[in-house]
Amino acid sequence: MRLAIENVRIIDPSQNLDKISNLYITRGRIFSISDTLPDGFNASQTLDGTGKWLLPGLIDLQARLAEPGSHYEGDIASETKAAVAGGITAICCPPDTRPVNDNQAVTELIQRRARQAATAFILPIGAITQNLEGKMLSNMAALKNAGCIALSQANQPIQNPLTLKNAMQYAASNDILLMLRCEDAALKNKGVAHSGVISSRLGLAEITASAETVALARDLILAEETGVRVHFSQISTAKSVEMIADAKKRGLPVTCDVAIHQLHLTEYDTLDFDSLFHVSPPLRRHEDKEALRLGVKMGTIDAIVSDHTPLDRDVKLLPFGESQPGISGLETLLPLTLKLVEEGVFDLNTAIRSLTTGPANILGIQNGSLTTGLFADFSVFEPEAYWTLSRSEMISQGDNSPFDGWEFNGQVELTYFQGRPVYRNNPI
Amino acid sequence: MRLSTPNLQLNAQGKLRHFLTLEGLKHHHLMEILEVANTFIDPVTHQISKVPNLHGKTIMNLFFEPSTRTLTTFEIAEKRLSADVVNLNIATSSTKKGETLLDTLWNLQAMMADVFVVRHSESGAAHFIAKHVAPHVHVINAGDGQHAHPTQAMLDMFTIHKHKGDIFDLKVAIIGDIQHSRVVRSQIQALSILEAREIRVIGPKTLMPSHPQALGIHVYDNIEEGLEDVDVIINVRLQNERMKSALLPSEKEFFNLYGLTKQRLNYAKPDAIVMHPGPINRGVEIDSAVADGEQSVILEQVTYGIAVRMAVMTIIIENAKQLMAGSLSSALQEETP
Repeated sequence: MRLAIENVRIIDPSQNLDKISNLYITRGRIFSISDTLPDGFNASQTLDGTGKWLLPGLIDLQARLAEPGSHYEGDIASETKAAVAGGITAICCPPDTRPVNDNQAVTELIQRRARQAATAFILPIGAITQNLEGKMLSNMAALKNAGCIALSQANQPIQNPLTLKNAMQYAASNDILLMLRCEDAALKNKGVAHSGVISSRLGLAEITASAETVALARDLILAEETGVRVHFSQISTAKSVEMIADAKKRGLPVTCDVAIHQLHLTEYDTLDFDSLFHVSPPLRRHEDKEALRLGVKMGTIDAIVSDHTPLDRDVKLLPFGESQPGISGLETLLPLTLKLVEEGVFDLNTAIRSLTTGPANILGIQNGSLTTGLFADFSVFEPEAYWTLSRSEMISQGDNSPFDGWEFNGQVELTYFQGRPVYRNNPI
Repeated sequence: MRLSTPNLQLNAQGKLRHFLTLEGLKHHHLMEILEVANTFIDPVTHQISKVPNLHGKTIMNLFFEPSTRTLTTFEIAEKRLSADVVNLNIATSSTKKGETLLDTLWNLQAMMADVFVVRHSESGAAHFIAKHVAPHVHVINAGDGQHAHPTQAMLDMFTIHKHKGDIFDLKVAIIGDIQHSRVVRSQIQALSILEAREIRVIGPKTLMPSHPQALGIHVYDNIEEGLEDVDVIINVRLQNERMKSALLPSEKEFFNLYGLTKQRLNYAKPDAIVMHPGPINRGVEIDSAVADGEQSVILEQVTYGIAVRMAVMTIIIENAKQLMAGSLSSALQEETP
């Protein structure tokens, strides 16, 4: 099959490209981007992309696919459908599955289920320690060889500094990327909300910014000492941005990401105890949100992630502190990121880069690009489509989105994965 | 700033529908409670007699957290209002799953409950329940986590009002564990709505809210400075857990630094009153000589608690009746051309 998409605005930060042109695809791969029909290319299908955008398939560094796990919360098939509806074609899934992805068998199960679903590229992240307990190392090299793109502790950071240091040294000697959430369990204590003006008013158990930054400081020092490649996941405070900017300036091989909801929401959103706003790390101050936005703009923050956590209704239908943290975010990653472009927070190139080449460079993969020869993973985006998010219409099995009722400009119309259409909203 | 809480507890006429927190309520809401409470107390005998206000109404006291004092005063208040009372002590462990908690509520609601009086160990639990009950059911917060205990705070306001008159212009000092106290959070909100001149909190920073400016309070590390010239002193119970979690070294050291003694009382105005929501730890936060002294109004607080709770329930049921009558008459007006 030879596909031509003509007269479309192609945005590809990996090639510094933003122009109206044509995209040619053959045998599932990018043939070329060219203003004229390449010699010898006979399109079997031609689509008119006038007025639309063509984006590389997005990469999400953190999305839970609920498999293996409770099928009430979805599975790889249901969640990858949600992903491609949001233009995401490559997904890193953290190891906090049930059972934990701390051995090859689980990694292989995830890969097999991903191949069956065949709607998006799944990159499993293995557990650094057995059962994520932070004590005994898992077979890290075996996990890497089985196809884990990186290793992490999901939301259960290693608390013992010696164990962490050992894990870092071992990872460094096997050239394994570690993705770390920074959270000091003792400082977090039983906290459920940011320690700020709202928690003071509502009497919610508090999580200070230092619960993150103390752990980050420790991790940065140990990363420097061991020379391991570290990516910091879902940073949430202004101070963290500053510390990582400083580490990068000193030449440390560190990168970081932020969850998209942290760029839109603050502690004030928890004012009426709505458990849909219960996330980990917690929603912080307005100043933190501004610093995180600036961090993306200045390139200190390398990627924006969904931190997708589809949850069963039961675990959210509880008082705030008893509810499970997490947002079903795959379908809103791109719309919420583009909303920031509309608001003038950063430009379109930065936005798309944070969702494509940014994460690709962290992982050392080629996805998220429309370079000739790569798999044709892309989406066609209609910038003039106005729509309102409704929880009841979400594709993900988890409808736990606090963005219900938010209005968005622009929508993914069509997503291709490896040259095949995997999502279609309105046929173009 | 988003403020959906008041919307949740007020009806279409802006009157109390639930009683979840004092935050967001107006001066007149609080004054109405104090005034109605006063009508239940016989001016001569100071006794509270039985009235038929809630005859035929079913009140369920849902206590997800153990309590004797609050439950007892609620029960007495409900019986004096001639309501049918059902007490349910529900162990939190059996309601860990949301489905079960809501199922429990919906089941009780189906048993024709009119009012749920709720105590729960999670901040925001009363809000959660109010969001999910049927429109005809009213929720009264009898204490949720470290968030609010609005009836307790209102009885404290009633006590202050009885002794000092208008709360406007008073300087009030609250001593002890502010951060972990739902009673204090509600007291501070009540005092600021009633425009107290100054709200001071006294204690070490480990027991203070992380952001006192959000509550409009002045923090004093030193008790003598904090008590200087105040009209009202409120003592708060110190929980044992504070020592276990390393927030304080010992009860003894706390008493040495912050215990309310006769000598320290001298820094306050000569006619200052001393209050305590109970139960009292004698020799930890307050000296027996002060607790039982002339300036103490601690025991009165208990009696007033019944009147204030009667007032809150009466007002909520009356508001519902008025809303119903209002919508009936407007429906009738629409029909007659």
